[in-house]
Amino acid sequence: MADAAASSQPTAGSDTNRARWKYLDRILNRPGPFTDPDEFRPGNYASVDRAKILVIGAGGLGCEILKNLALSGFKDIHVIDMDTIDVSNLNRQFLFRAADVGSYKAETAARFVEKRVKGVKITPYCGKIQDKDESYYMQFAMIVCGLDSIEARRWINATLVGMIDENDPDTLKPLIDGGTEGFKGQARVIFPTMTSCIECQLDMHAPRAAVPLCTLATIPRQPQHCIEWAHIIAWEEERKDITLDTDDPEHITWLYQKALQRAQEFNIPGVTYSMTQGVVKNIIPAIASTNAIVAASCCNEAFKLATNANPFLGFPGTDNYMMYTGDESVYTYTFEHQKKDDCPVCGSGAVARPLEVNPSATLQEFVESLAERPEAQLKKPSIRTGTSSLYIQSLADLEQQTRHNLVRKMDDLVEEGEEMVITDKAFPTQFRYKVIWKK
Amino acid sequence: MADLPPPVQGPTAKEKKYDRQLRLWGATGQIALENSHILLINSGPGVVGLETLKNLVLPGIGNFTIQDSAVVSEDDLGVNFFLEEEHLGGFRAEHTCNLLKELNPDVQGNFITEPVETWLTQPEVLKPYTFILAAAPIRPELLARLSAHADAVLVPLFYIHSVGFYSHFSVHLPPAFPVVDTHPSPETTDDLRLLKPWPELLEYAAAKTANLDAMAADDHGHVPYIALLLHYLEEWKKEHGGQVPTTYKDKTAFRTILSKAARTDNPEGGEENFEEAVAVVLKSLNPPEPSSAVKDIFKAPECILVTQQSASFWVIAHAIGLFYTKYGVLPVPGAVPDMKARSADYIELQNVYKTKARKDLAEVLDSVRFLERNTNRSAPIDEKDVEAFCKNAAHIKLVRGRPLHVVQADSSLTWGDRAKSMAQTLTFPDSLVPIYIAFLAWDKFIATHNANALGGAPKIPGESDADMDTDTEKVTSIAFKIADDLIKEASASPDEDEYAAVKTQIGEFGQELVRAGGAELHNISALSGGIVSQEVIKVITEQYVPVDNTCIFDGVRSKTAVIRV
Repeated sequence: MADAAASSQPTAGSDTNRARWKYLDRILNRPGPFTDPDEFRPGNYASVDRAKILVIGAGGLGCEILKNLALSGFKDIHVIDMDTIDVSNLNRQFLFRAADVGSYKAETAARFVEKRVKGVKITPYCGKIQDKDESYYMQFAMIVCGLDSIEARRWINATLVGMIDENDPDTLKPLIDGGTEGFKGQARVIFPTMTSCIECQLDMHAPRAAVPLCTLATIPRQPQHCIEWAHIIAWEEERKDITLDTDDPEHITWLYQKALQRAQEFNIPGVTYSMTQGVVKNIIPAIASTNAIVAASCCNEAFKLATNANPFLGFPGTDNYMMYTGDESVYTYTFEHQKKDDCPVCGSGAVARPLEVNPSATLQEFVESLAERPEAQLKKPSIRTGTSSLYIQSLADLEQQTRHNLVRKMDDLVEEGEEMVITDKAFPTQFRYKVIWKK
Repeated sequence: MADLPPPVQGPTAKEKKYDRQLRLWGATGQIALENSHILLINSGPGVVGLETLKNLVLPGIGNFTIQDSAVVSEDDLGVNFFLEEEHLGGFRAEHTCNLLKELNPDVQGNFITEPVETWLTQPEVLKPYTFILAAAPIRPELLARLSAHADAVLVPLFYIHSVGFYSHFSVHLPPAFPVVDTHPSPETTDDLRLLKPWPELLEYAAAKTANLDAMAADDHGHVPYIALLLHYLEEWKKEHGGQVPTTYKDKTAFRTILSKAARTDNPEGGEENFEEAVAVVLKSLNPPEPSSAVKDIFKAPECILVTQQSASFWVIAHAIGLFYTKYGVLPVPGAVPDMKARSADYIELQNVYKTKARKDLAEVLDSVRFLERNTNRSAPIDEKDVEAFCKNAAHIKLVRGRPLHVVQADSSLTWGDRAKSMAQTLTFPDSLVPIYIAFLAWDKFIATHNANALGGAPKIPGESDADMDTDTEKVTSIAFKIADDLIKEASASPDEDEYAAVKTQIGEFGQELVRAGGAELHNISALSGGIVSQEVIKVITEQYVPVDNTCIFDGVRSKTAVIRV
């Protein structure tokens, strides 16, 4: 009964209602050998109590993050998520029960943690991050992201970079970002414009290369090729009038049977229902333990950042990125990812990022390649040069006017060394690239 | 369509719920989890053990039991997510068990509130459990008892610390813990045998490259790169006295030949199949030599002497060892990476590899059956297990489990055959071994201090503000002694300045531990519980590669290290 005995002792500098924070207060009341004496003030509970913090995502990472922040003493937490709960979430999103399937994640998660941890206020928003503007994001001390979409990360990153007013330190919102896949994950801390941002690090998270359409159409070799064929080609040909819903079992079954039939034609083994679902929905394996590791690492950094109880990742000139691998023993690599001068989002603007372009490719091929290239990953780009608009998809009129360029060769449209400005509706910024001919 | 297969049933409810994890460890891994019964011996603030269990209840372990005699107090509510205000004054084991059970109705949960000191003295009390987690602080005599049990019945035991910003866990596995299904990363699994081709593979390559120069553009651009490599290797051998390119210089020259052989007069200005061939030259043109870890398995005493009681792993390992002795290579795994090729050519190539893999498997299986007869084994080994072993033979792992350190009150620690490597790792820049030593010192303090004159609960360093300085000094001086003893045992003579720097670090880590006064920080415990639960899953499913045998986490610098003690 050591706990009961110890809890009756008063904790230095706290009133009675801090009794439940006995353990946390040991750290908040006492400096350690690594705390910065200029920044750490013992007993400064307000540093977490009063910090307004935003959590983006209430899924696998988000559930963990909300729990962790509430038990780190944060009292004013906001959470955004547009999704509803699916049965396949229940193996890790521990704030949800079978009866919650179909409810909004943000709302359900917020109510659960508020009930469990008394005194914390969690304000949910069930919608898209893009619904909110700068004035909304400006109210927070920092932002913790637990997302599964690179696009959403890039959007919030560009938004936070765009909010910076050099004369107003309050416009700097540290961004703490986590991500997982299977037994692996990463946690990183970003000080917009001061340290390497999501866009600087984009090539570390390259998308899987898409299989060429001609392989799917004429020479499939893998079960996945047959599934993609059913998904992209067969559905379009035979069920055009029905919108494909990857959550509808009837639709998946149809695709599965189509893929199986095609595989049999080509003697390709291995098509299964589960694989069909995985390919069509682009399912990434996810488990509770990896989410726990990455979310807790993010929240540990958030806590240190708020309280200065110990040095945090992300201080300019120090480590800002922790990579975790758990499938072969346990391995972490913690390092400083360098800010890139030619970053299209946080760069100084003095340098455009070099982009290798095949001079004999058509503009159409170039546009398509932008979606896949690790350093670009732009799905709906509009492209201008200093003198003309090559292709604009953001407005139907302009699309019509520029469409004729799509068949033209790149070396017909731009010159080596010329700058291209690319915009994409998904991002509140423009990307500047310098053309380098591919040899 | 009339000839479509009958409608599929679709996934079961269980497959739907567990879809995202079944993609990692499959149905066999899931069954292993469901057959497990995990015991948590909880202690201190009690968070890290429960966070571990949370990540095991969610994916559906069969059973868990929490042993914890603590009564819920106000301070539990600020750090433990599985307790609520209404539980104040109740048993922590009972209420945390109930709230954990809510996470997954398919999991059975139990609790024991009897104090561990008396509970553990009952005979056979540990018998139901297939896995034991023990959270610090725990009395050394109790930890020693658990360790002896783990040794006797080959049950895995994990010992876990989470104090302030640091955590550590040590893993006590059985003395032979083999893993066949290690899930190697795809980049490491291609084993194409280009330098040891068999007749059917050579025939295939010759057929696909006949009249290569005269081929129409579309045909030329679809010759599978494996056929291209074998074709140009034959050409090379003709020019080089039958030798294949082995040096870096030769391989580079060979690569240039391939690059030049690609046609560029087509609309694409190059050929993808030739690009693929060029890209793998340095990686794939190596003799298919097994790693030293695999060869060590063939040399293990359990492998050399197979008996009636041998685990099936050793019988198969012995059979594959015979195969290796005979041919100088492991059985062909049979997988072929995707490549630019026409469907029929690719499937044909796949079948060349698959047929060879089946042939090799048949030979290994013959040896297995022969061994079974020779040793009078009753139940035959499942052919599927032999097949899985053959497929992943190059990547099998054997972990040699050993007892973890139990810090006794009245005797010094010894490091045995690990002393030298530990003494060396201790002085590496940024080493986390000093944190491990600080934890050992923390355990020694617990072993030698009682909360009051009556014994009972141990005193935790840094619990009261008044004792901070003296406790820090005590922990630090114990840690210095542990480090000095290690250096002495290893007969190491570290550079004086280096060793002084290490001592400074040990002092700082000790101070940071005492600062926490035994407190767990929820984040550090959640993170450590995440790592521990990954390890528990790997050990139970016998998939992936577990930690061997001690892991340290530094939440100040956000780093981990794995050491073998």
